[in-house]
Order: sequence, then structure tokens, then C-alpha cells
Amino acid sequence: MSKFKKNTSASQDIPTAALPDIIFMLLFFFMVTTVMRETDIMVKQQLPKASQLTKIERKSLVSYIYLGEPKNTSLYGNEPKIQTNDVFVDVDDIIQFVNQEKDKLSEVERDQITMSMKVDVDVKFGIVSDVQQELREANARRVLYSSIKTADL
Amino acid sequence: MPRGKKRDTPEVSSGSMADIAFLLLIFFLVTTTIANDKGIMLLLPPKVDPNEPPPDITKNDRNIFKILANSQDNLLVEDEPYTAPISNLKDDVKSFILNFGKPTEEGIALYSSLPSSMKAKINATGKRADSSDDPTECVVSFKANRGTSYDLYIQVLDAINSAYNEVYAERVGITVDEWLSLDRDDDIQKDMYNKGRQGIPRAISIAEPD
Repeated sequence: MSKFKKNTSASQDIPTAALPDIIFMLLFFFMVTTVMRETDIMVKQQLPKASQLTKIERKSLVSYIYLGEPKNTSLYGNEPKIQTNDVFVDVDDIIQFVNQEKDKLSEVERDQITMSMKVDVDVKFGIVSDVQQELREANARRVLYSSIKTADL
Repeated sequence: MPRGKKRDTPEVSSGSMADIAFLLLIFFLVTTTIANDKGIMLLLPPKVDPNEPPPDITKNDRNIFKILANSQDNLLVEDEPYTAPISNLKDDVKSFILNFGKPTEEGIALYSSLPSSMKAKINATGKRADSSDDPTECVVSFKANRGTSYDLYIQVLDAINSAYNEVYAERVGITVDEWLSLDRDDDIQKDMYNKGRQGIPRAISIAEPD
């Protein structure tokens, strides 16, 4: 028995010197991938499901329009509303919003602006169509209907 | 040279370094939203010029695949009420595109460029006189009502898009998923993309609702 107990003096600690490095690595990963949420979404957002999805190539060219029933129905009623940035807007204000977003881009990129429509499934098509007409008017013709990939297929 | 006592180098304790890193890590973990914005891309038509009259429709009626949706979310496809599940719509659109009823010269050239599996399918099921002439001519028209739910609108749009994507993918011999993930910055993949789309325009017309 004592034969086996001889060489137990080897240290059993796991070296923790590299631990901060690992943590830093994780930290940098999340620092790079993180996108701060700028807007507080005030409408219901249950996106539709679809199978033929395209990815956005350049995020800087994308502006978001949210459509849906307000979360705070006691204050805003339950008719679907349009939200851009942090405020509810009317259909007529869309052109102004598009122009503001276009001003943020450099001149060559302005025609490539993509409007990402995040529309709740319970919304009727009428208001979506109104927004589309305004987008045509504002010459922001690339539209992305934001949706979730269907699980099957 | 006077040699002083060996002094201890002052050390900053680095034991709490990991804690600081953890704190930052948790902050970024909580605030992070990994970008995952995907959706159905659509190019809207340019705005109408009020000085110009709307263009006349010169397309032959059989070259237009009409889909209508009413406010009760019922579909009218090619003037007939659509009772089949919506998942069948994709195949209907696909067989409409690849019909080759009365191909023009362009259409014949396109037909001969297709892989043999697609030709066999066209010969078996296509070439109906009451459907589209050839893919260069056909248009899928979708008109929704103001009361149509957005969910149905997306489903129909998705069905039309997947019909086109299946045609494109089959043409270059890859699956639809591979087709959708083609990277257009890569030259080889871009060639493939152009080859798939060449001659078959994705002609989807979305009419203004009543």
C-alpha cells in the first residue's frame, strides 16, 4: 500500500494565471459584436415567419420602421401605429424621416438605403401599403420585410 | 559604482484584474444584441410621374399569374378561389413560370440552356396553351386588400419568391438553401448567381390595394 503513496507531492492546483486572458478574449468578442439598442420599441413586435430570407449586407444602410399595435394601449389606443426612432409618426412624416436617414449617409450610398419594415403579424395590409407609397414617394425603394425563418423546410 | 540594496520592485496587485474583466464582460453580455436582421427583400417601383399617363398593359393575359387576396384572407388565384393549402401555391407559381407554352426566340434559347432534368419536367407537365409563353414574358401579379392580414401578405410573397429561387437554384444545380447563401462578393459565386438569374427576371408586381 505505501508503495502508492510515495509520489503525492505533485501540485494539484490548476494554474489560473491565464484566466484573465480568457475573460478578456470573451470580453473583446462581445465588445466587437455588440450593438447598443438605440430605440425603445413601443409597438408589439411579433414578426411573421417566412422561408426565403436574405441577409442584410451592410447594416449602416438600413433604417427601421416599426409597425404594430402600441404596447401601451390605454395611452395610445389599439390601432396600429408607425414608429420611427423613438416616436410615433403619421404616414405623412415618413418622407421626412427617410430624408433624415439619407442625410446620414454619404452621397453615393443614398440610393442604396434599405428600409427594414418590422411589422407585427396582426397588422392589416392597408397601413403597410400606405407606408410603401410614401417610401416610393421618398425614393427609398429597397424594402426588407423583416421576418423570422421558419423552422421546418 | 555604488550598488544599493536590492529593492523590491513595487507591484500593482493584479489579482482583481479578472474581476474587472468579468464585470465588463457581463455588461456587454447583457447589452449585446447580435445582429440577425433577415427578411424578404423587395424593390418597390419608382414613383409615378403625374405628367405621364400610366403605361398601357401590353402583356398577354395568359402571361400574368394573378393572385388576389380579400379582407377575409381568402385567395383568388387565376380567377378561381384557392382552396388548397398555401404551401401548394409555390408549385403553382413554379409551373406557371416554367410553362413554355409558346416560347419566343429568346425563350427557346433559354429552354435549351436549362439542365435536362428541368427540360423533362417541362415536357411532362408544361406547354399548356392557357399558361405563360416563356419565363422572359411572365409576370406574377399580387393584389391584396387593405384588410388583408400582413401575415398572409408575407406568406404569399414568400411563396412567389421561393418559386423563383427554386427555379434559379435548380438551374445551377444547387439546393435552395445554398442558393440563398451565395455570397455575391465572391467571384465564383457571383457567376453562379448571374447564371441562375440570367434570362428569368423575378417579375413580381404588387398592385396598390383598393
